[in-house]
Amino acid sequence: MEEGGGVTKKFLYVNRKAPYGSIYALESLEVVLIGAAFEQDVSLAFIDDGVYQLKKNQSTDGIGMKNFSPTYNALGDYDINKIYVDKDSLEQRGLSLDDLMNLTYEDENDNYAEKPSISLVNSEELAALMEQQDVVLSF
Amino acid sequence: MKLGIMVSEGPYQHQASDSAYNFTKAALEKGHEIFRVFFYHDGVNNATRLTVPPQDDRNIVNRWSELAKQYDLDLVVCIAAAQRRGLLDENEAKRNGKDANNIAEGFRISGLGQLIEAGIQSERLVVFGD
Repeated sequence: MEEGGGVTKKFLYVNRKAPYGSIYALESLEVVLIGAAFEQDVSLAFIDDGVYQLKKNQSTDGIGMKNFSPTYNALGDYDINKIYVDKDSLEQRGLSLDDLMNLTYEDENDNYAEKPSISLVNSEELAALMEQQDVVLSF
Repeated sequence: MKLGIMVSEGPYQHQASDSAYNFTKAALEKGHEIFRVFFYHDGVNNATRLTVPPQDDRNIVNRWSELAKQYDLDLVVCIAAAQRRGLLDENEAKRNGKDANNIAEGFRISGLGQLIEAGIQSERLVVFGD
């Protein structure tokens, strides 16, 4: 636990960009992982091209960049299990939930049952989610 | 009000740094407290003292340094983002075997935890990006 002063705030990380065209996705993930040490109430949202960040079976062989997508699988172990994906953004790109990585967490309040971390939301639900937050970091 | 500021873009290419500077300066002049300004992504390039803008243009880096001096502002550059973009202070240059450092006066290099802390401690965290 670092300098949080015992305060718990609601943090939302909004991811809007594709994973390899720019560094925003990777550096967003770095903030999320460091931030996990502060034990805040964390949610992640993926909208627009950001939904590509969660696409399964990513391969970066042809572009000489590190494939960092396996790291998203570790989020559940950091107690980051509220991952919201904009349904319209997925559909506009010809994708569905089945095209995304199966991100899960173990629910300690339910005998450590494995549960899905990803929820599909519409734009109204996303707006309501943002409204609830104390801190919104947009990447 | 106690505010935190995040700057996500470098100087000159995007307006984000100008907007962040103008916002920060205006907030301070109105008597608000700036808990910290955190530079991330290409925003770390706001901290290099090696920029040489044309004389008839604003000097974005010096402007931040002067504001820091005037108001005792905490200007923090993310270490991970800085290292991959060639922004080093004296200690980091030495530690990584580099022959120079380039951090401007008034900035300091630290970890991402400083951004999270700014989110926790400030009443509002204002993000300036593209």
